[in-house]
Amino acid sequence: MTGKGGTGKTTVAAALALALAGNGRRTLLVEVEGRQGIAQLFDTEPLPYAERRIATTADGSEVRALAVDPEEALLEYLDMFYKLGMAGRALRKLGAIDFATTIAPGLRDILLTGKVKEATTRTEGGRRVYEAVILDAPPTGRIGRFLNVTAEAARLARVGPIKNQSEGVAAILRSPMTAVHVVTLLEEMPVQETADAIAELSALKISVGNIIINGSQPPLLTEGRVTQAELKRGLVAAGLPADRETVAGLRTEAEAHLTRRAVEEGLRDELKALGRPVVELPSLAGGVDRAGLSTLADTLRQRGPGADTLG
Amino acid sequence: MPEDQQQPERLDVDAILAEPGTRIVVCCGSGGVGKTTTAAALALRAAEVHGRRTVVLTIDPARRLAQALGLSALDNNPKQVKLEGTAAAGGELHAMMLDMKRTFDEVVLTHTDPKRAEEIFANPFYQAMSSTFSGTQEYMAMEKLGQLRSRDEWDLIVVDTPPSRSALDFLDAPQRLARFLDGRMLRLLMAPARAGGRSMFNLVTASFGVFSRAVQKILGAQLLTDLSGFVAALDSTFGGFRERAEQTYRILQDRETAFLVVAAPEPDAIREAGYFAGRLAEQRMPLHGLILNRVHRIAAPELSPEQSLAAAAELDVEGGSPLTADALRVHAALAEQVVREAEVSARFTVHHPGVPVVPVAAQPADVHDLDGLRAIGTSLAG
Ligand SMILES: Nc1ncnc2c1ncn2[C@@H]1O[C@H](COP(=O)(O)OP(=O)(O)O)[C@@H](O)[C@H]1O
Ligand SMILES: Nc1ncnc2c1ncn2[C@@H]1O[C@H](COP(=O)(O)OP(=O)(O)O)[C@@H](O)[C@H]1O
Ligand SMILES: [Mg+2]
Ligand SMILES: [Mg+2]
Repeated sequence: MTGKGGTGKTTVAAALALALAGNGRRTLLVEVEGRQGIAQLFDTEPLPYAERRIATTADGSEVRALAVDPEEALLEYLDMFYKLGMAGRALRKLGAIDFATTIAPGLRDILLTGKVKEATTRTEGGRRVYEAVILDAPPTGRIGRFLNVTAEAARLARVGPIKNQSEGVAAILRSPMTAVHVVTLLEEMPVQETADAIAELSALKISVGNIIINGSQPPLLTEGRVTQAELKRGLVAAGLPADRETVAGLRTEAEAHLTRRAVEEGLRDELKALGRPVVELPSLAGGVDRAGLSTLADTLRQRGPGADTLG
Repeated sequence: MPEDQQQPERLDVDAILAEPGTRIVVCCGSGGVGKTTTAAALALRAAEVHGRRTVVLTIDPARRLAQALGLSALDNNPKQVKLEGTAAAGGELHAMMLDMKRTFDEVVLTHTDPKRAEEIFANPFYQAMSSTFSGTQEYMAMEKLGQLRSRDEWDLIVVDTPPSRSALDFLDAPQRLARFLDGRMLRLLMAPARAGGRSMFNLVTASFGVFSRAVQKILGAQLLTDLSGFVAALDSTFGGFRERAEQTYRILQDRETAFLVVAAPEPDAIREAGYFAGRLAEQRMPLHGLILNRVHRIAAPELSPEQSLAAAAELDVEGGSPLTADALRVHAALAEQVVREAEVSARFTVHHPGVPVVPVAAQPADVHDLDGLRAIGTSLAG
């Protein structure tokens, strides 16, 4: 799940994780940006670097969550091949781990996507542990670089475990197992970034799934012009104050609403022209709580990526 | 809003822009709240209304806004915006769009001889860092601000800040970058035995050896060679780098600077604005106020939302006034939004009661021409 920052990536990723769980099928929701967005959303303690149950669907299926910490991931990785033992923490305190992941941002991305690959392909008793893994990915401006792991690996060691790992990740990212969904609002900049990201991902041969319009608001006023005379008559008929200011004010509000909806209609058309399925999620008036997430999940199950996957 | 809730003082933007002692205005806030738009609107107002020779440093402006300012390509040098006689006497508007790679190149060039600069430019690590490193944009924004200020050509510099999620990045990133550039960690990594030295525990020194060998294996000899080449070439100039970052930091603490935090009336943006206000206070940087951007307003205050919805339902039954019924529903939805926005915004004032606030009306369409910026400016002035 990508999108311009603030469009609702984390919210929609969580809703999709709920939508895809069910009938005993378990899903995993992963975040990689160190923001603890999932914990905030579900109103829990900060997530450790471990898979934890974060929600249960009506039929008792689990959604688990994982906050991947790049420094921990590097330590874990080093430990696997080079046995650092206890010293890892001390190195971290010194800033050495931060340094290593910072001078080679590509290394960090390979470790993060590698973790996602591992969870996606993990099996238990011959069955996949997770029906689906939903990654709350970096925003549109960084998504291409984040997923283009082989190019990043080329800057690192030419041989060795990182190279092998990046090839494995790249293969999965370009396989039918992976789709990148783009979340947007009906606002100019997110729509522009959606178009840019889709072009970039397509050039990288990474498949784009749905465009998800978040925070969509129903048109309350569909007719064309609203005249003051008409409003005045209506207000009188309803027994409401019909003074000049009120009538003019109501008209100003109606016109602003129409202008806004016209802008949104234009942006919606631009999104449709990008040639990917478009699904709309409503703006939740009371903010995003558990009930609101379920509403979004239902829509995704019926009309969104959930529908494709569940067939 | 309840009666007992504290009302913040109103931020007087015109007083800040008109004050000759104000030389720098910094617009900060989390991504997407309207920093770039506000910075451009403030700069335009300073030129047109207050007759100041103004330059605005924009960072990643929306494409159409950039075009309206005559910034069709990254230029990295201010260009005058034609105002066609609308500006007060002496007022001029210049605009530029930050090119971080070019700014970095300029810094290198001013601190070293051409031959060494060429070496640095050819270094693959430098190339990656100057265009993609997280934090470079913030660092270069500070650098560019320092450059513009030292040219002393403008009465007023209005600075936009990079579109990072957290407003704090603008203050933190330059120091973080400077830390990586000073080469200490690199020396540890390349020659752990020597650099580990006496002061470190043996366990750490020993594990540093394992670590550095592992890291060298993973990162590859090439990357570390590039990196150490880069740091070596930079070593001679580095004093300059850090000094400049510190100098700009001091400018930011000066009374000639006015920080304005921009936020939208949404929970995340208000929370970030709160963090940022706290941080500015800690750093003794002069916060002048909060610009609450994209605030909705009702134009028919006589009608309550409940009353409007009830009347709309009644009109639906009666038939005959469908448009009025719809308009009443629009009004009710707007009124509810206005209440939510006021509640969210009040959270900022609870924590920062002394910070003046000014609302800016949400425009029905995006802002991408000078008239749009003027409308924002008028709204800002109240
Ligand atoms: N459909 C929605 N209706 C109402 N509020 C929403 C909706 N989706 C997201 N939000 C709110 O918008 C803000 C940004 O959402 P978030 O998922 O954190 O975005 P991102 O991860 O892209 O930065 C949050 O405060 C969230 O509660
Ligand atoms: N008061 C406003 N009313 C309507 N749209 C606005 C307003 N302020 C900003 N915008 C729009 O919001 C988007 C983001 O604004 P921008 O200034 O680029 O934000 P930032 O620099 O903080 O990321 C732009 O498309 C801009 O036109
Ligand atoms: Mg998020
Ligand atoms: Mg901006």
